[in-house]
Amino acid sequence: MPTNPFSSFGDRKKRRIDDLAATAGDAERQPADDAKVGAAATGSAQHAGNGGTQGPTVEDAGAIAGGAGQSLLASAWERLRRDKVFLVGAGITLVFVLLALFAPLIAPHDPTKGLLLNQVRQMTNPVPGAQPGFPLGGDTVGRDLLSRLIVGSRQTLIVGVFATLGGLAGGLTLGTLAGALGGWVDSFVMRAVDVMLSIPSLLLAISIAALAPEPSQITLIIAIAVVQVPIFARLLRGSLLAQRSSDHVLAARALGVRPVSIIFRHMLPNALGPVIVQATLVLATSIIDAAALSFLGLGNPDDRQPEWGAMLGTAQQYLGDYPHLAVFPALCIIVVALGFTLMGESLREALDPKSRR
Amino acid sequence: MLRFVLRRLLQMVGVVIVLSFLLFVWLRSLPGGTVSAILGERATPQTRAALTKALGLDQPIWVQYGSYAKRLLSGDFGVSTGVLPGTDALDIFLTRFPATLELSILAILLAVSAAIPLGYLAARRRATWFDNTSILVSLVGVAVPVFFLAFLLKYYFAIEHNWLPVSGRQSSGVDATRVTGFFVLDGIITQEWDAAWDAFKHLILPAIALATIPFAVIFRITRASVLDVMEEDFVRTARSKGLTQRVIRGRHILRNALLPVVTIIGLQVGGLFAGAVLTETVFNFGGVGETLATAFTLRDYSVLQVIILAAAITYVIVNLLVDIAYAIIDPRIRTR
Repeated sequence: MPTNPFSSFGDRKKRRIDDLAATAGDAERQPADDAKVGAAATGSAQHAGNGGTQGPTVEDAGAIAGGAGQSLLASAWERLRRDKVFLVGAGITLVFVLLALFAPLIAPHDPTKGLLLNQVRQMTNPVPGAQPGFPLGGDTVGRDLLSRLIVGSRQTLIVGVFATLGGLAGGLTLGTLAGALGGWVDSFVMRAVDVMLSIPSLLLAISIAALAPEPSQITLIIAIAVVQVPIFARLLRGSLLAQRSSDHVLAARALGVRPVSIIFRHMLPNALGPVIVQATLVLATSIIDAAALSFLGLGNPDDRQPEWGAMLGTAQQYLGDYPHLAVFPALCIIVVALGFTLMGESLREALDPKSRR
Repeated sequence: MLRFVLRRLLQMVGVVIVLSFLLFVWLRSLPGGTVSAILGERATPQTRAALTKALGLDQPIWVQYGSYAKRLLSGDFGVSTGVLPGTDALDIFLTRFPATLELSILAILLAVSAAIPLGYLAARRRATWFDNTSILVSLVGVAVPVFFLAFLLKYYFAIEHNWLPVSGRQSSGVDATRVTGFFVLDGIITQEWDAAWDAFKHLILPAIALATIPFAVIFRITRASVLDVMEEDFVRTARSKGLTQRVIRGRHILRNALLPVVTIIGLQVGGLFAGAVLTETVFNFGGVGETLATAFTLRDYSVLQVIILAAAITYVIVNLLVDIAYAIIDPRIRTR
């Protein structure tokens, strides 16, 4: 972008997004390019081998030879399967999703009922301890902590997934408009996106949440989704622009394919790789941001639906005597966020042969 | 160089204008609208009508934005309704801003002084246990919610062991003279060393909590950037010329690798402010961040407005300074 008046602000953030976008443009050519695939395989072997292996191993050589006729996704999968980092991340994510889906079946007790309420004494024993049937004890109103943690995974997943989908939908629309139409639409959309990127994201989320008369789960999701919109918009526009001049689009145009169908069937599918990578990373940040907003009292005020961030927030009062009330929900957030991050980072590495992070 | 700075300044003005317009739209779309936000829900229709007219809300929207911008330029953000009822919102901001600034400066210093050496070492010892451990630490650093880390630090160092103060900026027994509003600086200026030391002790825990995310980000960028530069042709050339390792590492690798790091440090300032909202709340630090959280709970829109605008402007200014610094370090930027 030669004439971008806002290009100075958030340059690095943007460049990172743009780099990711650029990987989509190469998608068609990469598998044929043996040298590149070989280099990437070396990179991921070092990454996965925890310091043991330097340079390609016999297995990698097999992957390179087999990679010649493979699509990018197939060769990426080939690399991911041996990437320990990816496997750990994917494992965490899988467990978390299963937990959230079957939470009511797994949870030993009803998370909304104060089963241990008769043990709660305001002054002497505000938090019931661990006991048979209640391995983590209860919370301040006698509800089973373990069940609340398990059911809490649902809220976290709902907020994370819907915020990401919302951001994706907004970003997809804006990015496609900008990248496909070009011209003044492009400049207008990108200026707006750049200004949004120049506001610190949590601050933006707080300001948006403040617009709602009452905080609720939906306002929380909207606030976090809006913050993600500019990231996805920029990413998509970048990869659409990269493809506009590529051979497969030229071929489609020469064959007389309608522009709409070029965009939706020839360009967008090729842009999906980086979008999936970004979405995985965004899921992690939106879970952490949701926790922060809940902590500030901008989350779902209904505490019958347990949510890790809100649990963490209320635990603050009892920190001195009952730190475990805060530690468990926090550990859940950390592990899940880490899972998504690990998965996203190794996906990015697999899809981008140049990356070495 | 002057032209470069001027161009960047103009761009900054553009961003601030757009921001103020967004803020204006934001204020107008608040629940109940500006009138309710100022008067509260219980105002009579007469006072509402009077205020609507007095605020010019019956005028066309661009006229309204014009007068709004004029008020902002004259520093009139309205009167606080919740945080300190009746006090000028700008005054509240100005008295509390030094606390946040002091905290953020210490945090970014901590983050930079730990992240750059560690990132450099991790890159030099790529794929060793040291490298892998530090990558893991930096990944966890991003995944840990800032306020939880603040909890932990507070619990371990302040509540369990009583090594450092639990909350606030100054112990209640300390009688310090105020000059600038920066407590540590005040203590140094007035040579009240006890007060300065006490204020510094209050800063340590929140600063560490605040520093984690910038640390993790700067660490990873430094590492990636050093790895990139190490494979550059000019490094190989330097090696083949027979330059000493010290010169190669210091002058060729480190200097070039730090270029992207400078930018990322500027970008972290925005994240710092968001982090300050959380850490200050945990430590009752009394800075702008905590005030923002309170203002939100109490729906004090005048105060919210000042803080949001100021945070965005600070962010933009810091990034402008970073850009200028960048142009000084790397002459290639200016010609772009």
